Amino acid sequence: MEPINISIKDFRNSLETPSTTWYLWVIILTGISLFGMYALGRQIIDGQIITGMRDNAVWGIYTANFIFFMGLSYAGALISSAGQLLRIRWIKPLLRMAELLTVSSLIVGAPFILFCLGRLDRIHYLFIYGRIQSPITWDVIAISTDLVFCIAFLYFTHIRDFAKLRDYPELQVAPWRKKMYKFLALGYKGTPEQKKYLHQAHDIMAAIIIPTAVIAYSLLSLLFSMSLKPGWHSTIFSPYFVVTAGYSGVAILVVIMWIYRKTNHLEKYITNLHFNYLAFGLVLLTFIYAYFSFSEYLTDWYNQTKTLSLLLDKLFDFNHFAWLSILHIVFAFVVPIIVLGFPWFRSINSVTLVSLFVVIALWVKRYLIVVPPLETPFIPIQDIRPEYAEYSISWVEGSLSIAGITLMILIFTVASKIAPIIPVSEVADAHNLEKPKLLFKTKGE
Amino acid sequence: MKKEQDKGNRRKFLKNSIAMGAAALATGSGVVLAHKNNVSEDVGTKTEKIKVLTTDGKVVEIERPVDECKIDPCKPPIGKEAKQGIPGRSFVMVIDLARCKNARKCIEGCQKGHNLTPDQEWLKVYLMKDHPDGEPYWFPRQCFHCDNPPCVKVCPVGATFKRQDNLVLIDVNRCIGCKFCVVACPYSVRIFNWEKPPESDIPKKEYSPEVSVPAQTGTVSKCDFCADRSRVGKLPYCASSCPMGAIYFGDKNEDTVFNGSETARFSELIKERSGYRYLEELGTKPNVYYLPPVNRMFDYESGLGDLPEAKQKVYDEIRFSNNGK
Repeated sequence: MEPINISIKDFRNSLETPSTTWYLWVIILTGISLFGMYALGRQIIDGQIITGMRDNAVWGIYTANFIFFMGLSYAGALISSAGQLLRIRWIKPLLRMAELLTVSSLIVGAPFILFCLGRLDRIHYLFIYGRIQSPITWDVIAISTDLVFCIAFLYFTHIRDFAKLRDYPELQVAPWRKKMYKFLALGYKGTPEQKKYLHQAHDIMAAIIIPTAVIAYSLLSLLFSMSLKPGWHSTIFSPYFVVTAGYSGVAILVVIMWIYRKTNHLEKYITNLHFNYLAFGLVLLTFIYAYFSFSEYLTDWYNQTKTLSLLLDKLFDFNHFAWLSILHIVFAFVVPIIVLGFPWFRSINSVTLVSLFVVIALWVKRYLIVVPPLETPFIPIQDIRPEYAEYSISWVEGSLSIAGITLMILIFTVASKIAPIIPVSEVADAHNLEKPKLLFKTKGE
Repeated sequence: MKKEQDKGNRRKFLKNSIAMGAAALATGSGVVLAHKNNVSEDVGTKTEKIKVLTTDGKVVEIERPVDECKIDPCKPPIGKEAKQGIPGRSFVMVIDLARCKNARKCIEGCQKGHNLTPDQEWLKVYLMKDHPDGEPYWFPRQCFHCDNPPCVKVCPVGATFKRQDNLVLIDVNRCIGCKFCVVACPYSVRIFNWEKPPESDIPKKEYSPEVSVPAQTGTVSKCDFCADRSRVGKLPYCASSCPMGAIYFGDKNEDTVFNGSETARFSELIKERSGYRYLEELGTKPNVYYLPPVNRMFDYESGLGDLPEAKQKVYDEIRFSNNGK
């Protein structure tokens, strides 16, 4: 592979003192995020009565958002770790985006499960009185571990770029940022010993993150499948959640790639090739996801047990969830297969649009996992208050969800101001990667 | 080791209780009330001797563990003690579906006793229909206080717990309001306090999980089998306010249940009337038993009479569904 001609200087514009437009953008994002904080404040003061959650659907889009964001994080972790361990060259320019995706969605996603808590003031009880028998405790342990590892990995892959930024006197940034680069580079000079240790650290973190992310996401599914509820009580849930996470994560990575390529003119680094490879991944994941979904629906439907068939009727009833179910099926299966399956539809833009659809469909799928089974308990709901029987999204939940998205964009915006969005040092070294580690060798090797 | 010892004590106790239950039946008085009258004032000891009448008319003295509480009104326990439960007790409920006509007095009694709003029903009366050709029947549903409680398993902070006297209770001072127990309960028993609970008419005393009052915003609450009342030998509010005597409450160890006017042997009631537990196949091992609605005293429609029209509509789906058409 030809070495890519890349230098930290190419990113000078994106790193130097921000323009007015940039500030305006940040202010808008911060404003929306702050409105979300206001909504949260209102929820804490007024109680959960101002959300749409009620006696039957005691969980709503907070839980759906939680699984959704966690899913995005999972794919980012998998892609960056696999890229590192398998020494995949083409993936190098995407590494930082994938890692930022992991960390930002973990930071945004994890709080959503806390918004479900009726008593946020007792959140420390989870640690003081934690019971290991509860799937919530499993999640607390898994997600906090995952977050620490992913932040560490993100930082390790930044060190060499921080050193480059420190050694770049022409860069016109505020003095505190120069100091910060110096501090964060940890005295990295690029000596062979430092290179070796850093490389080893990368490998170890990558090897740890893959199982951690799989475990974290499987445990997430156990919040549901450990329950006796028809529609949740399913052995397929753990792998299903992992596959769904991978699917949504690859899709959002395509969208992020497209946005950065357009706005920061990164056509040199993010090429047609990257969209092609990820589109391959998307097609593969579409089929795996379709296979899992089909298995689940078929098993639920075939024997027509009482509560499960009620649930399926609701999912495909136009007074209930049929529109959402159809949207999910069209966006997650039909559109990707048609657009990516036929050569004349394929282009960078169409792949991106399909990815955006997939991301939306998979959020809807999370909603369909959480809400309909809650509205279909074993004992029929006999309540005259319609709001207590059926879930509807309130302004508080809506604002917080939008705030979650803007906060994630804000993290990306700020992070790509601090360091180049393309991992310069990694890409520069991509042509002389060392061979992947071997499990065993044959004689004479 | 300790466990084995407990088992031994329990067995011995069970034997004694059965004898006593029989004795109580013979004398025609409710054992729940009887034990209160019979206790000695010797509070310090772990066991006490009481005189009972056997089935063949002899008065014998037997030994039984002392109940924690001797005074009325008894102060419900707090802290660790509240989590252990009343020693030697095994509370159980039997609901005679043939007698229920949706008078809703149980609900009112429960709401009054636990300071609930009219919308909050710890005890719900459902209209059920087992199959399309079946006749609908009224189905009061309390907390089942399962022996394998799905709600207790999933609680991340141990705010809800299973006691040795069968009760599953909630400590609202510990509850973080994650609602995981609400989704885990297959019987939709648990309710969340979305709003600030109304001011309590009940005199303020130290909170105990046995009383469940006052409730707190953002925590979960549910039927507690009126543990504080059982402690002093009173029936739960629902059982004592049912005009039909449909709700029996008692102690499985004593093999006796009482509905306010009649005392029955639990085992005989279950045997003769084919008692069953709701959704047995889920393996939760409930402690509420139902007697099937055969030889009913009322037509189910008599339970609709006094309800407002909006409320009646809720039952249409059950009433007018037939053969899946």
